[in-house]
Amino acid sequence: MNHGLILPILLPMFAGSLLLLGAGLSLRVKRSLSLLATLLLLPLSGYLLWLADQGVLQVYAAGNWAAPFGIILLLDRLSALLLVVTAVLGSFALLYAMRGDDERGQSFHALFQFQLMGINGAFLTGDLFNLFVFFEILLIASYALLVHGGGAERVRAGLHYVVLNLVGSAFFLLAVGVLYGITGTLNMADMASRVAAAGPDDAALLGAAGLLLLVVFGLKAAFLPLYFWLPKAYASATAPVAALFAIMTKVGLYSIIRVYTLIFGDDAGSLANMANDWLWPIALLTLALGVIGALAAVSLQGLLAYLVVVSVGTLLAGIAIGTEQALAGALYYLVHSTWVAGGLFLLADLIARQRGDKQGLLVQGPALQNPHLLGGLFFFGAIAVAGLPPLSGFIGKLLLLRSLEPGVQALMLWPVVLGGGLLTLVALSRAGSMLFWRVGLSQLDSAELDYGRLLACAGLLLLSLLLMVGAAPLLSYVEATASQLHDLALYRQIIESGAAR
Amino acid sequence: MEAIFAATLGILTASGVYLLLRARTFPVVLGLTLISYAVNLFLFAMGRLQSGVVTVIGKSSEYADPLPQALVLTAIVIGFAMTAFVVVLALRSVGETRTDHVDGQEPAQ
Repeated sequence: MNHGLILPILLPMFAGSLLLLGAGLSLRVKRSLSLLATLLLLPLSGYLLWLADQGVLQVYAAGNWAAPFGIILLLDRLSALLLVVTAVLGSFALLYAMRGDDERGQSFHALFQFQLMGINGAFLTGDLFNLFVFFEILLIASYALLVHGGGAERVRAGLHYVVLNLVGSAFFLLAVGVLYGITGTLNMADMASRVAAAGPDDAALLGAAGLLLLVVFGLKAAFLPLYFWLPKAYASATAPVAALFAIMTKVGLYSIIRVYTLIFGDDAGSLANMANDWLWPIALLTLALGVIGALAAVSLQGLLAYLVVVSVGTLLAGIAIGTEQALAGALYYLVHSTWVAGGLFLLADLIARQRGDKQGLLVQGPALQNPHLLGGLFFFGAIAVAGLPPLSGFIGKLLLLRSLEPGVQALMLWPVVLGGGLLTLVALSRAGSMLFWRVGLSQLDSAELDYGRLLACAGLLLLSLLLMVGAAPLLSYVEATASQLHDLALYRQIIESGAAR
Repeated sequence: MEAIFAATLGILTASGVYLLLRARTFPVVLGLTLISYAVNLFLFAMGRLQSGVVTVIGKSSEYADPLPQALVLTAIVIGFAMTAFVVVLALRSVGETRTDHVDGQEPAQ
């Protein structure tokens, strides 16, 4: 049993607890502690990525209770990849926050660590109820982080976010309750084999519980009828928080992938792949409506929030197609969209700081102090997020489009994705020309560019370049991930080896 | 027992949903609380309804499933914390926006 598996949960937990206990410490000490804990996640998740890439599922049985009886942590290629994505995003967001944003409210660093703990835990757990617990941990940290900095706008968005997620948690418990009541287990791998063996009498209830879970994950992932909270919440959050929240929708998507490839996957009898029929239209409509929202957005942050919705739609399409190639493309796009969206939220804050009281509103404002630098970064980020060659967004979309044989599905997906890309480009060029070209003559003197912030923002955006250059190894990794996810016998072995002990 | 239990769950949930759809924060918080009660009871019932049986396998021919009880405890603790948080947030919202409307502004007359 490898104890490295639980470290991505324990490390932020201890750092966060220390930060809470030492609330009276000087800001400098708190910053160093928080940064140290977050940066340590990088080599740690890198090691876990290497471990997962050996192709063996790593299982950590908490308290040494064997698989179906105790709670297990499960490390496969998918969770390792998402751990790395989180660690990188969290490091850059924290670097940005340390240049001043963490002083705007209390306990920022402790909350940030607990947020990371919840996210890492959700990616690592192999137990459905444990997933609920980690969801709650990351949610309660995110509730407080969302209103970090105060102000009526944040509290207003925060209230909607909190109430919606509390209802979501109630649904989650209902679904878990039904699944436990029928299968008698909470371990996801064990539940998969029980669902596969379930009789026709139980199939209807199991299906209802499964689709109830889809509602819960859909609320987190923000797809069509459930995304209305997202633009307001993300647009009003402090920049580093909004950047970190770029991974939050992916937690929902991760859960969708996990539950609907494993529990309701290829082997689930009459319930096999039951979510795909729902996800397909939802994905396309989410994508289309996200683009319309982006065109209609009144502020840069609002525009970016809708681009998050667009990326959710695109990813969901990849998941709904259900083939290994499509899933691999979606996973590549997931890495790209998380980092680039995070970087763009940071950039939007840099731009807003030089526009005085106009902030990120897409109206004529004062001239920026560093129009070339910020404009260049915006241009780069826009190309990446709209999916133009040569950056990583293009590769992700290309993989997704190529995963479909010519046919009805391709006929539906291609126009939506490509048209969506075009309209995204229109929205971004409209925003860019308003922010950088149609400006007043006056310039604000008090808005010096902070190089620490610039470094964090540029670093995150330039990762798109890295994803482009390193596309080959990443691609072989995500392809291996997709085929591992469909190899259900591998997951069933966890239970068999646990029961044999 | 099943009928009473089911009726209780139904009434709790229906009242909770009704209150949740109100436009003021206080009824919404109450609605969330009622729904979480209903969910906790539901979770508890997933171990099947029995009375007077032990939770240890082998002591008698029938046994109660202890796992849902543990799950309910966890859910109660989490639900309690969340309710406390949403109450504080609602108070903060009244302070910041000068209204207890869930949208933070009075609807136009």
